[in-house]
Amino acid sequence: MEIIYLTFILVLSIFLGFELISKVPATLHTPLMSGANAISGITLVGAVLAAGADMGGFAELLAGLAVITASVNVVGGYMVTNRMLSMFKKKDTTGAAK
Amino acid sequence: MSIDMFINLSYIVAAILFIFGLKQLGSPDTARQGNLLSAVGMAIAVFVTLFSTGILSYGTIIICVLIGGGIGAYAAQKVEMTAMPEMVAVFNGTGGMASLLVGWVALFGGSVDSFTAFTVVLSIIIGGVTFTGSLIAYAKLSEKMDGKPIVFDAQRAVNAAIIGAIVLLGYFFVQDPSASSSTLWLLIILAFVFGVMAVIPIGGADMPVVISLLNSYSGLAACAAGFAIDNNLLIVAGSLVGSAGIILTNIMCKAMNRSLANVLFSGFGAVKHSTKTTEGEVKPIVVEDAYLILEAASNVMFVPGYGMAVAQAQHAVRELTECLEENGAEVSFAIHPVAGRMPGHMNVLLAEANVPYDQLIEMDEANAKMDFVDVAIVIGANDVVNPAANEDDTSPIYGMPVIEVPRARTVFVLKRGMAAGFSGVDNPLFFGENTRMLFGDAKASITGLVAEFKG
Repeated sequence: MEIIYLTFILVLSIFLGFELISKVPATLHTPLMSGANAISGITLVGAVLAAGADMGGFAELLAGLAVITASVNVVGGYMVTNRMLSMFKKKDTTGAAK
Repeated sequence: MSIDMFINLSYIVAAILFIFGLKQLGSPDTARQGNLLSAVGMAIAVFVTLFSTGILSYGTIIICVLIGGGIGAYAAQKVEMTAMPEMVAVFNGTGGMASLLVGWVALFGGSVDSFTAFTVVLSIIIGGVTFTGSLIAYAKLSEKMDGKPIVFDAQRAVNAAIIGAIVLLGYFFVQDPSASSSTLWLLIILAFVFGVMAVIPIGGADMPVVISLLNSYSGLAACAAGFAIDNNLLIVAGSLVGSAGIILTNIMCKAMNRSLANVLFSGFGAVKHSTKTTEGEVKPIVVEDAYLILEAASNVMFVPGYGMAVAQAQHAVRELTECLEENGAEVSFAIHPVAGRMPGHMNVLLAEANVPYDQLIEMDEANAKMDFVDVAIVIGANDVVNPAANEDDTSPIYGMPVIEVPRARTVFVLKRGMAAGFSGVDNPLFFGENTRMLFGDAKASITGLVAEFKG
């Protein structure tokens, strides 16, 4: 039953993803991609669970590496997206574009 | 309320924040807030996970988060906007690697059933391919490696053999899953090799497609890892990213009028060469004369390409825009979907130079108003304005939609010299009746024009 339930979530999320993204204007494709990329760092949750389980030895090494790589993905992804988006400005509303 | 219940409810909140975040990323006005929402969702998800009963110690977690977060933050602050595609490729790669490791570690928790073993294999394969594929994409984009497609005779046979071996080994592993199995090591190595093999035949000009696709893979890898450790937040977030990447991939392929299979397997430019050679006279123009034409123009359209970023001309271009507007001209920027090295790359580069985003228009809109354009200024773009794509059915880029600049009254092409573009295709635009070539460094030429306006 667990498998069916997880697959159910998978299928619905895929459709939701298609709906959410299909209308994004080309201007935002790069931030969208790096923002989505940051979300894919959600695997950090799995890495944290593994790294905290005190398995010791090789397993702990792998888990630690997983936490490091996932953190690079999450922190870097969100920060770089934010940096890009902060540059997008509308035409002369406040004169800030000058 | 049990702690598990609390964690799962928080995961639902995180998922909602991801969904709203992605939705708000779809409009320039709300995009920044959307990204913050999604970051908050991530923070909540990671934070509540720390309270999970399975977590016995925090030492490893804290040290590793600090190391990884520090590296990520440093890279995000340092990276130049021109290098954004490489950066995204690297982040994709680390995400893929993390999913591979999470899948792998799931085997150490005791005996696993065959379904879990299957999902572990999937996360290892997808994660591994994403990791090495992204590294090759990074090397090609940052020009640490030649951007030309690498193709050899037995390529397809070799790839088919690798896929066959992966399927076979995967099958054996699922029959007898164990963390110390040598089959597992072989699978990991083969996934790495396949990631390399999948990206080397793809040429530099096709990188926007590859980046989008790898983005999708990194989501799918997280999704597979979610199955492996029974975590529905990983599945939801991973599949959202997976489908987003697929949509972008599709948009990029359409923009080049090629199928995904064609991009992935053909080795662009290595297969087909135009049989026609372009002949005609190139008409150069000097800055002073270009200024006179621009001064009289009431509608100017810039068509920027990656070359503009290479020449670091975007700030000078923005200055020229201001001069033109003060002179009463209407100015727009026509952005081809595959201009730059990743989807939307030009938009980011122009945003960095303070060009307001409502001045940027997409290809279809640009072509619709082309007949009213007095001067189209092509800066560092080549293939995306190549009329051969419409006219010459032997051209390798035949059928690709392009920005039809020859329909403008006058076309200025800023170019260093007469060389073919990134994809190595001749461009008849340079010999066009109404084309004037402004030779030299793009930044110097534009700065010269600005000086004429101001002087």
